Amino acid sequence: MAMFLEMFRYPFMVRALIVGSLVSLCAALLGVSLVLKRYSMIGDGLSHVGFGALAVAAVLNLAPLKVAIPVVVISAFFLLRLRESSKLKGDSAIAVISTSALAFGVLVLSLGGGVNTDVYNYMFGSIYAMSGDDVILSVILSAVVLVLFVLFYNRIFAVTFDENFARAGGLHTDAYNLLISALTAVTIVLGMRMMGAMLISALIIFPALSSMRLFKTFRSVVLSSAVIAVLCFWCGITASYMLDTPGGASVVLVNLAVLLISGGLAVIRAHRRG
Amino acid sequence: MTQIQCENISLAYDGIVVAREINFSLHAGEYLCIVGENGSGKSTLIKGLLGLMPPHSGRIVFGDGLTHREIGYLPQQSDVQKDFPASVREIVLSGCIERGGRSLFYSRAQRQNAAAAMEKLGITDIASACYRELSGGQQQRVRLARALCAANRMLLLDEPTTGLDPVVSAEFYAIIERLNREDGITVIMVSHDTGVPLRHATHVLHLKQKPLFFGTKDAYLQSDAGKNFLGGCADGDVS
Repeated sequence: MAMFLEMFRYPFMVRALIVGSLVSLCAALLGVSLVLKRYSMIGDGLSHVGFGALAVAAVLNLAPLKVAIPVVVISAFFLLRLRESSKLKGDSAIAVISTSALAFGVLVLSLGGGVNTDVYNYMFGSIYAMSGDDVILSVILSAVVLVLFVLFYNRIFAVTFDENFARAGGLHTDAYNLLISALTAVTIVLGMRMMGAMLISALIIFPALSSMRLFKTFRSVVLSSAVIAVLCFWCGITASYMLDTPGGASVVLVNLAVLLISGGLAVIRAHRRG
Repeated sequence: MTQIQCENISLAYDGIVVAREINFSLHAGEYLCIVGENGSGKSTLIKGLLGLMPPHSGRIVFGDGLTHREIGYLPQQSDVQKDFPASVREIVLSGCIERGGRSLFYSRAQRQNAAAAMEKLGITDIASACYRELSGGQQQRVRLARALCAANRMLLLDEPTTGLDPVVSAEFYAIIERLNREDGITVIMVSHDTGVPLRHATHVLHLKQKPLFFGTKDAYLQSDAGKNFLGGCADGDVS
């Protein structure tokens, strides 16, 4: 317990906890819709694009978020379009973009002086990476995500469950898809320096998957995802602090444990019902 | 009163016309069955009627105060829906969104509307159940209730019995027939199944890129197009 409280004495830990909790919350809310719509890979693709953008910003000495946020939001728009067009199959299109962006980022970083610690930090995250500006930005972002999510909750449900029906009823489904992708893009960029480009998409996918195994209404799945995401983040970061393990990886493994437990509970419940 | 009238419309994907010269009109309370083989333009015509795809040429005129948004649409079940965690009530309510105009949350009237639709289709007792745990027939009734929330004068059903066994399909067709007969809801049904739907239909549109036939069911059964398409089952089974 003393060690737990000790965590809060370090300003970098407090910043990491604030940004991480808020990013986890946003990612989980958006994740429910993305996972159900089979858009999980978009989150993964965007984080790789984010890595490329951060690498360019680092080498050119620009503010990382100012470069990465617009680039990733624009990529989100293109990934969505690609998924809808039939010329390039969605999955392979995302793989092409994400691996290219990753390769580009690695190349730029190595040309810019071969800073290997940067590559490592961007790929796998560092809890030291959060600045005061990141805290402010993540508070604003999560407020925006929360407000939009609550306001458009019924419409997000309709678009997630049945896009054709929603469009026939006059909803601008493309606009909602774009909104969800743009918010996801910003969430990913904010979280990826802490969680790592390779790992951030876990925050989007895992809580939603765990909740889908446990709950049966959309509302309870959404609420449970938010709670699971924040709890897993705290457990993961605390474990990382106490055991001196990498933060991002610890959070992902806690999420995996919760997913396995949820899966187990679902199996037991199905058995009982016979 | 004419609710919908297609005046020589053609529909195209990327400039390639896939359905043309479609003329038909439908009055309130009629039951139109659209038949045709795969690739005959049925799905495209649905998009046109729903306003999701503007006609390449010609025009669709709505009458009787109807617009394309007031067509209760029952799309085919998508992969996304098969394991979707949502309660029956959540899904039925989502049909009310368009009627709420710009309002972001459901009003009391919308909730009552949803409750009435569930009552009508006999799914009130499973309102809290999870959609993915229902049988195929129950799922179809849930989605039909949602369509009724969106519109209560015209239903457009896209291959509604795909994947249902014959008994459940028959039950579903009986529900549609009841809505048509008792509530005077106009029905447009696209179907592979030429048995039961044709028995209930008042009109038939047979498509093969362009209409091979449009008219009353009785005339269709006597026509060459009808006899060829239905083959042996035209004798007595559907009349």
